[in-house]
Amino acid sequence: MIRAENITKKFKSGDSEIIAVNDVSFEVKSGEFISISGRSGSGKSTLMYQMSLLDHPTSGEVFIDDKRVTNLSNEDRTIVRLEQLGFIFQDYALIPELTAIENVMIPLLMQGLTKKEADSKAEESLARIGLGDRLHNLPSQLSGGQQQRVSIARAIAHEPKIVFADEPTANLDSETSDIVLNHFLELNKAGQTIIMVTHEAEYASLTDRVLTLSDGKIVEDVRNPSRK
Amino acid sequence: MERTKRRISTLATSLSVGWFLALRQVRRSSIATTVLIIFVMVLTFLNLVVVRGILVGIIQGSTDVYKTGYAGDILITPLPKKDSIENSPSILATARALPWAETVTYRFVSAGTVEANYKTKLRETDEPNSAIGSIVGINPIIEDEATNLRSHIVEGEYLTLEDSESIIIGANFFRKYLDIEAPGLSLLEDVEVGDMVRLTIGQNTKELRLKGILQSKVDQVDFRMFVLDTTLRSMAGQKNFNVDEISIFLKPGSDPEIVKAAMLATGAGDFANVQTWEESLPKFLLDIKDTFGLLGNVVGSIGLVAASITIFIIIFVNAITRRKFIGILKGIGIDSRAVEFSYVLQAFFYALIGIGIGLAILYGFLVPFVTEHPIKFPFSDGILVAEIPNTMIRAAILMVATVIAGYIPARIVVKQNTLDAILGRK
Repeated sequence: MIRAENITKKFKSGDSEIIAVNDVSFEVKSGEFISISGRSGSGKSTLMYQMSLLDHPTSGEVFIDDKRVTNLSNEDRTIVRLEQLGFIFQDYALIPELTAIENVMIPLLMQGLTKKEADSKAEESLARIGLGDRLHNLPSQLSGGQQQRVSIARAIAHEPKIVFADEPTANLDSETSDIVLNHFLELNKAGQTIIMVTHEAEYASLTDRVLTLSDGKIVEDVRNPSRK
Repeated sequence: MERTKRRISTLATSLSVGWFLALRQVRRSSIATTVLIIFVMVLTFLNLVVVRGILVGIIQGSTDVYKTGYAGDILITPLPKKDSIENSPSILATARALPWAETVTYRFVSAGTVEANYKTKLRETDEPNSAIGSIVGINPIIEDEATNLRSHIVEGEYLTLEDSESIIIGANFFRKYLDIEAPGLSLLEDVEVGDMVRLTIGQNTKELRLKGILQSKVDQVDFRMFVLDTTLRSMAGQKNFNVDEISIFLKPGSDPEIVKAAMLATGAGDFANVQTWEESLPKFLLDIKDTFGLLGNVVGSIGLVAASITIFIIIFVNAITRRKFIGILKGIGIDSRAVEFSYVLQAFFYALIGIGIGLAILYGFLVPFVTEHPIKFPFSDGILVAEIPNTMIRAAILMVATVIAGYIPARIVVKQNTLDAILGRK
């Protein structure tokens, strides 16, 4: 499904160079739910940004369904993100002027769906994560957990191949975090491939596989025997 | 081919998504900010149109009264080196027979002197109380019908057909109305309506009663003295009926150019100088009109630049504060053109509403009000000139400037790195 080959990401900091991700290679199979774990500054989010085409690696390649995507133009990378990837950010990343349903509709409209089709699909997606009664609320009228669920609905509405979640529970209390994680598990059960960055071992342990990063390198790649 | 098709389809979708975003951003933005931006747009539009309109209107007011109070739509004057319009009766008859003609008035003009203290002056060397100027012989009924001359009487009364012993004089011959000193300028002093004055034309003199004083903003009224046509002709010893000026006033909607052509087709051009009122305008007036128009354009352009910068700053601040959300939109796969288009549409919306309100104020209030209550300038009653085609051109210029001012900052922000925008990195 998605394969990283020798991904390296370096940053300049004054005269020195920081290697955030150091020659990382791994593959995620279709339907897998993996977590990328590690301490703060270990390079887990940076790795996710390279994988999800939000950033350009310094070297290395990313393949989606065996098609190289790291060499694509910005325009084509945007199209790949739109059509094949879904994103969930730590701070929900909803557009404040758009209601819950409009936030979910935006990528659908960009995919060329009519307003009616997008509206229907967005409503279905929100209902799926239990926000069917909050369709027309602005983000400011929703709690943090509800906003994150809208963000999940937006990420899955267009049925992407892979959903990337960057610390999706970092800003939530434990009860709400559990709800969000349960949604991920349900989505994965339905066949959705999910790559989640988290520093919380408790949530990482719920996924099929845990990649642990330290100083930009994968130091552990553990499969969860209790899953699948 | 397939790629081009896809690009076109993506562009169309981007425009549609841009519209979706813009509509919601405008609808849910702060009312105070929206009102402020629209207010700036209204002021800019009015500045663009009204400043020039008033500057041009100062001269337009002057040329308008020149037309209505003197020249008419067509002014016929003697050919160069001729004292009067030859064959005048025939030309007058032709003019009156024109289907477009409403009123045709004629004037005999001669140089003359009016003296007030001729009875009390003891010696030839005594300072004369006199004024030298154009003496105009008119039919007071026809002239009033054409130019509404009667309405300019500020003291005394207008002439009647029986007033062969009377004169009415323009206010600029009286010191009390025109208190200036200039070489060669002599003005009448302490002369009141009812006083006797002596008119001299050539070698002939005649005592006349000052029946009225005229004041308007038409030099051809204020700097002239009027007597009956019969009085002037007898004093000038004129046997024929060749006049010096013929003013043709046309029915509303008639085209002076067509009437001029019709007059020339009758051969009138062989005996007289046939001009439309605009052609007969003194050149300095046209030059001033052009100059004021240019000044208005300069002032308006400065306003346009100021408004463009204002819109640029507003959109730039808006886009910068929303940099993170722009990054998120790009991150989730929204085409950057959709985001740019949403900002362009917002700018377009502000311009459209601002111009719409500006047009309503302009044509619903300002133009009718200033037409009804002209701005009183010393030399004219200034009106607000706002021809619709001219106004529309300015509206289009403002629209384009605003859209560009909205696009540039949006483009600057959208071009930034997506991940940096999402993470708030510089």
